[in-house]
Amino acid sequence: MIEVVGSGWLTLLQKELLRFWKVSFQTIAAPVLTALLYLLIFSHVLESRVSVFNGQVRYTAFLVPGLVMMSVLQNSFANASSSLIQSKITGNLIFVLLPPLSPLDMYAAYVLGAMVRGLVVGIGVFAVTLLFVPGWFTMAHPAWAITFAVLGSGILATLGVIAGIWSDKFDELAAFQNFLIMPLTFLSGVFYSIHSLPPFWQALSHFNPFFYMIDGFRYGFFGLSDIAPGFSLALVAAAAAVLAGIALLMLSRGWKLRH
Amino acid sequence: MMPDAVDVIGIARRFGSVQALAGIDLRVAQGEFFGLLGPNGAGKTTLISILAGLTRADRGTARILGHDVVGDYRKARRALGVVPQELVFDPFFSVRETLRIQSGYFGLRNNDAWIDELLHHLDLTQKADANMRSLSGGMKRRVLVGQALVHKPPVIVLDEPTAGVDVELRQNLWGFIRKLNREGHTIILTTHYLEEAEALCGRIAMLKSGRIVALDTTQHLLSRFAGLTVRVSAERLPDEWQHRIHRREGSVYYLGLESYMELERLLASFRGAGVSIDDLALAETDLEQVFLRIMAGSETTDETEPPVAIPEA
Repeated sequence: MIEVVGSGWLTLLQKELLRFWKVSFQTIAAPVLTALLYLLIFSHVLESRVSVFNGQVRYTAFLVPGLVMMSVLQNSFANASSSLIQSKITGNLIFVLLPPLSPLDMYAAYVLGAMVRGLVVGIGVFAVTLLFVPGWFTMAHPAWAITFAVLGSGILATLGVIAGIWSDKFDELAAFQNFLIMPLTFLSGVFYSIHSLPPFWQALSHFNPFFYMIDGFRYGFFGLSDIAPGFSLALVAAAAAVLAGIALLMLSRGWKLRH
Repeated sequence: MMPDAVDVIGIARRFGSVQALAGIDLRVAQGEFFGLLGPNGAGKTTLISILAGLTRADRGTARILGHDVVGDYRKARRALGVVPQELVFDPFFSVRETLRIQSGYFGLRNNDAWIDELLHHLDLTQKADANMRSLSGGMKRRVLVGQALVHKPPVIVLDEPTAGVDVELRQNLWGFIRKLNREGHTIILTTHYLEEAEALCGRIAMLKSGRIVALDTTQHLLSRFAGLTVRVSAERLPDEWQHRIHRREGSVYYLGLESYMELERLLASFRGAGVSIDDLALAETDLEQVFLRIMAGSETTDETEPPVAIPEA
């Protein structure tokens, strides 16, 4: 037996990974399939009708990074939030609260675990689209793409932790997911360029933080974006920092976890 | 000087309008086998939760082996193993995975040798690779005991550990816990099985409505209320014995007698009143009787009155 003080968070991370891996059909295969369906249907319907980036990019090609990022964001959120709320409701969260895990330990494990799930799904979607829609692929600035993917998954994983702690019932989590996360994701330019929207809605989109994540991620593929990538990066990084701060504060106060 | 296993000073906690703990002072020395008794709602689980860091006290301090449970929580929690009351488990994992994961949370890797030993002592070796969902209630409870012991904590708290466990298994479990106690682990136990508490615990605290109403060695508690309990079935009970009733079930009366001498007077009363006795049985006062009498007695106790005899352990 070896005692490595402070290594508890690694086990919690491993547990989080094992948790989604054990049901990978549901946690990875299904989201990949869903994204593929969106891709096939939307590209079929809209390819010839929608012009993006002044025709520089095919619609189908435009759609893929949006779908990849949407999968990353939604699955990062889902992993952290579902893990926490299930643990709270079944009561087995006690096994995480009894050991000497610090707020940072818990934050790191839940967020990293969720990020891995989100990114694995994203990679899965990416790989499958290469198979189904060959010839669309370009990667102008891979570093930007990776950066936005990682930051995006981190932000949504953190939101998942916050939502998982805040919700007392599955119903409340579903509300968080369906009335906040989903609308923000769908209305962030995954399926369309915001330039195609009326001015009011275009302006409103600029208040959607998800828009910057997806726009920046798409820049990594095409070298084209609606917003300067540097600005998007700054905004997304700031959002990540603020949300991390909130999550850590919640964990250190023991709000809703330690009465 | 060795720090106390558990040192609680002035702990109070309110939930809404309920004062779950109203100022608890308690010291458990290392190596003790300590019992925490009380009716449901007395505050036992709240106290345990505060020791474990699951709940925060409104005021007061609690220390495990000298480590403050809030300020020095890492060392405090490392030193403590808790068997919770509810049968909770993670349905994703097998028994062995559950124990390995719990061990890992405490920073203990390659702990398989001890885990195998635990599985053996808890009679779970056959089920080591079974999913937690497939286990019976008694087995799940044994896994909970395993999870509490996987990091070999010096202080172990068991909250109703034998509820739902069959007699044979209960004996095995207690045999194992006693062994741990002999090896130096401090054991704190809550249970509703008072004969268990009497057999196992050297010292007992009784809680009621968030206060300690008794705190003494088991021997002292038993001898304070030394005497007999008589169960007598009769049409009615002669008046002069009415105040000795502990409990009554229809025509069955449980009376507290101070000695066998009083038995003779009891029988004489019945004879004198012309009431025939249908059934009579005697028992030495056990912890259950002590408990019931203290609980009933504390009803009328003035709140500022200190609890009975708190000798140093």
